[in-house]
Amino acid sequence: MPESDLDLSPLRSILQDLLPKGRSALLPSLHAAQDLYGYIPSPAASEIASALHVPLSEVYGVIEFYSMFSSQPVSKTIIHVCNDPACAMAGSDALMKNLIRQYSDANAKNGDEIVVERAPCLGLCEMAPAIMIKDIQRGHVDASGAGRLLEEFGEKPYSIIGGDAHELTQNCGKHRPTTIGEYVAGGGYNALRKVLSMDPAAVIAEVKASGLVGRGGAAFPAGLKWEGAAKEAARPKYVICNADEAEPGTFKDRVLLEEDPHRILEGLIIAAYATGAHQGYIFLRGEYTNAFVAMTYALKEAYASGLLGQNILGSEFDLELELFRGAGAYVCGEETALFEAIEGKRGFPRMKPPFPTTKGLFGKPTVINNVETLSNIRSIINMGAAEYRKTGTEKSPGTKLFCLSGDVAQPGLYEVPFGISIRHLIYDLAGGVRGGRQLKAMLFGGAAGAFADAASLDVALSFEELRAHGLPLGSGVITIFDETRDLRDALSRLAYFFADQSCGKCYPCQLGTRRQMEIIERMAAGKMLPGDRARLEDVGWTMTDASLCGLGQTAASAVLSAIKLWPEYFVENRS
Amino acid sequence: MADPVNLTVDGISVSVEPGTTILKAALQAGIDTIPTLCYHDYCTPNGLCRVCVVEVEGSRTLIPSCCTKATEGMKVTTRTPRIERARRTLLEMLASTVDLSDAPDAQQMITEYSAAPQRFPEAAQRRYPVLDDNPMYIRDYNKCILCWRCVQVCAEDAQFTYAINFSGRGFETRIDTFYSLPILSTTCVVCGQCVGVCPTGALKARREWQLEQGQSMDEIIAASTDDRTLRKRSANRQQP
Repeated sequence: MPESDLDLSPLRSILQDLLPKGRSALLPSLHAAQDLYGYIPSPAASEIASALHVPLSEVYGVIEFYSMFSSQPVSKTIIHVCNDPACAMAGSDALMKNLIRQYSDANAKNGDEIVVERAPCLGLCEMAPAIMIKDIQRGHVDASGAGRLLEEFGEKPYSIIGGDAHELTQNCGKHRPTTIGEYVAGGGYNALRKVLSMDPAAVIAEVKASGLVGRGGAAFPAGLKWEGAAKEAARPKYVICNADEAEPGTFKDRVLLEEDPHRILEGLIIAAYATGAHQGYIFLRGEYTNAFVAMTYALKEAYASGLLGQNILGSEFDLELELFRGAGAYVCGEETALFEAIEGKRGFPRMKPPFPTTKGLFGKPTVINNVETLSNIRSIINMGAAEYRKTGTEKSPGTKLFCLSGDVAQPGLYEVPFGISIRHLIYDLAGGVRGGRQLKAMLFGGAAGAFADAASLDVALSFEELRAHGLPLGSGVITIFDETRDLRDALSRLAYFFADQSCGKCYPCQLGTRRQMEIIERMAAGKMLPGDRARLEDVGWTMTDASLCGLGQTAASAVLSAIKLWPEYFVENRS
Repeated sequence: MADPVNLTVDGISVSVEPGTTILKAALQAGIDTIPTLCYHDYCTPNGLCRVCVVEVEGSRTLIPSCCTKATEGMKVTTRTPRIERARRTLLEMLASTVDLSDAPDAQQMITEYSAAPQRFPEAAQRRYPVLDDNPMYIRDYNKCILCWRCVQVCAEDAQFTYAINFSGRGFETRIDTFYSLPILSTTCVVCGQCVGVCPTGALKARREWQLEQGQSMDEIIAASTDDRTLRKRSANRQQP
């Protein structure tokens, strides 16, 4: 269809509803156009630009930044095959090849109707290999992939829950969202009720006393963050739940979002009350379509029950929450890039300082917490900080979710108190290395993490112990590799991931992730050039030292750890 | 007036007005050797190129001096092996990606930091056709280092015309117009601010470029009749 014949009326009616949000309606509008037309034709982009008063060039810049938007026509169906190390170990390369072969005949007949593409981690690592078709996810996909209807691939994602503790995951394992009735029956929203009769400063004091630190990877004390925003005089203030989970190997937030959305909402409402915010967002990874459905419904339930909106539970406190869909950019998990996305811009991270508690979303004081961090709030308020601290270690109180995938007998989500050994988690709880094989390596903290070998098995899983051994806890990922695995393949996938997801703002990351990928590809092919190892180290340290945000600063972390552990991989074999 | 901020730069004590960047504080201390690529005195600094990084005592990472404000008691070091490694590697990566033949500042820096422009073999380069789509200036993005100055002066830093922004992401990022339209089909008013701030010859007056291509003045003048027609057409242009 020529673009001049494009019917813009459905888009116009959607834009009517979105107009009051101003520029922050840009990503939602582009999602709408992408859904309506299969891509974003330039007349649709022009329509959006004039409705929202955003310059045309900037609308185009935003379309080009996010991988879920396309400025050019794309094929009707795209099969996204997960390219993460855990899926690769489960045969994603063979799956991809077979899918391409399977559809090549059909495509030759009907034009490129079905395209197979590799995707960054889909967050289904415990059900590897995983694929996504439109908004449907499938795990445990048969690598032969042959001869079946698209909808029949593999299995619907479900969560596998284990561990020594069941505080954060007490409502998980049902393979469906916990309804508000069930949540309340289990004591849900009692913490909110209690908080609404407390002084906000006392709520912050309780969270500070609990020793809760952020579970998104940076481990910043949550109470201090709340206190920082509460002290600011500027209005309005915002609270945000960072649900942009995309670290390869991580799926903990997806499980919490899909199965216990009210626990997250309760934490977020309490955060808003404590800091004096009356508006908030849940920024959800665009690819997490099941979580989108679960959270949309949970918000509806919460509004209907008087837990959101005006005079929450009869109190003087008001709060509006909005679910905001990301559009395919790992960097938006970085808090300031996430603000930019909500503001309708390319997801470029900002310089810090100023920090979000001073100048965050729309330049206003903002508290932004990870899904798992917020899920702890209910427990802290209900049991009190002193009781909460009885679990875990002195410096790492509470429980922690770990995402186990790869060559482990029982991949899944494990909740454990801080302080247990890595060995206990992998061997006692998750059944050890699959097939009784020997452990070769563990990747801690995802792509942005670091490798360790069996020598680290007796290290305790706490912030302080891991730090002492140079291992990042990160978002709680442990990907397991058995003795038969060639880690060069995993390294090349990690290097590709960062080159693919770099935003392009600062030079160290924009250039370094590409140069790193090129050298790692040579290494994986056994064709390292003289000087490549020194190049790799220079590039790695330059990214670590000089990048603007956490993405670039950790893009070489796994590679640099591998150079230390397995120097034999980095032999220069070409002259 | 607010109290001055006291800091040391390479051991030299200096007092500066609050809000002064480390880069300016260093200048005030007589240190004019911190290199910069993307920085421009009249543009909003974004800390993109990171060649201006310095060490600040107590800081985990290197700190961009162009956009970090001096604080009381700060101890800044402007040249260490760690800083040199970052600057040298950045220049080498840039030289392996972009055509720096028209960027004298970058070339001088490459010499100063003993950077090897050929350090990265088999490296992907950014290669684009030269865009010659208007009578006033050409856009040769082979030479673009993504300093953002042109985008900024086209927007809030000067002209508020918003003709250009970005396409792509990461290594593939490029300065671009709405759906890559020719420049005269955009909001461009041909003010020339972008050409004025471009540090690498990626944006260049068309006549200068024609002369470099070996055309004679006679040829250029003869062809400019066509340019006038083009300009008239642009005056009557429709919004896309």
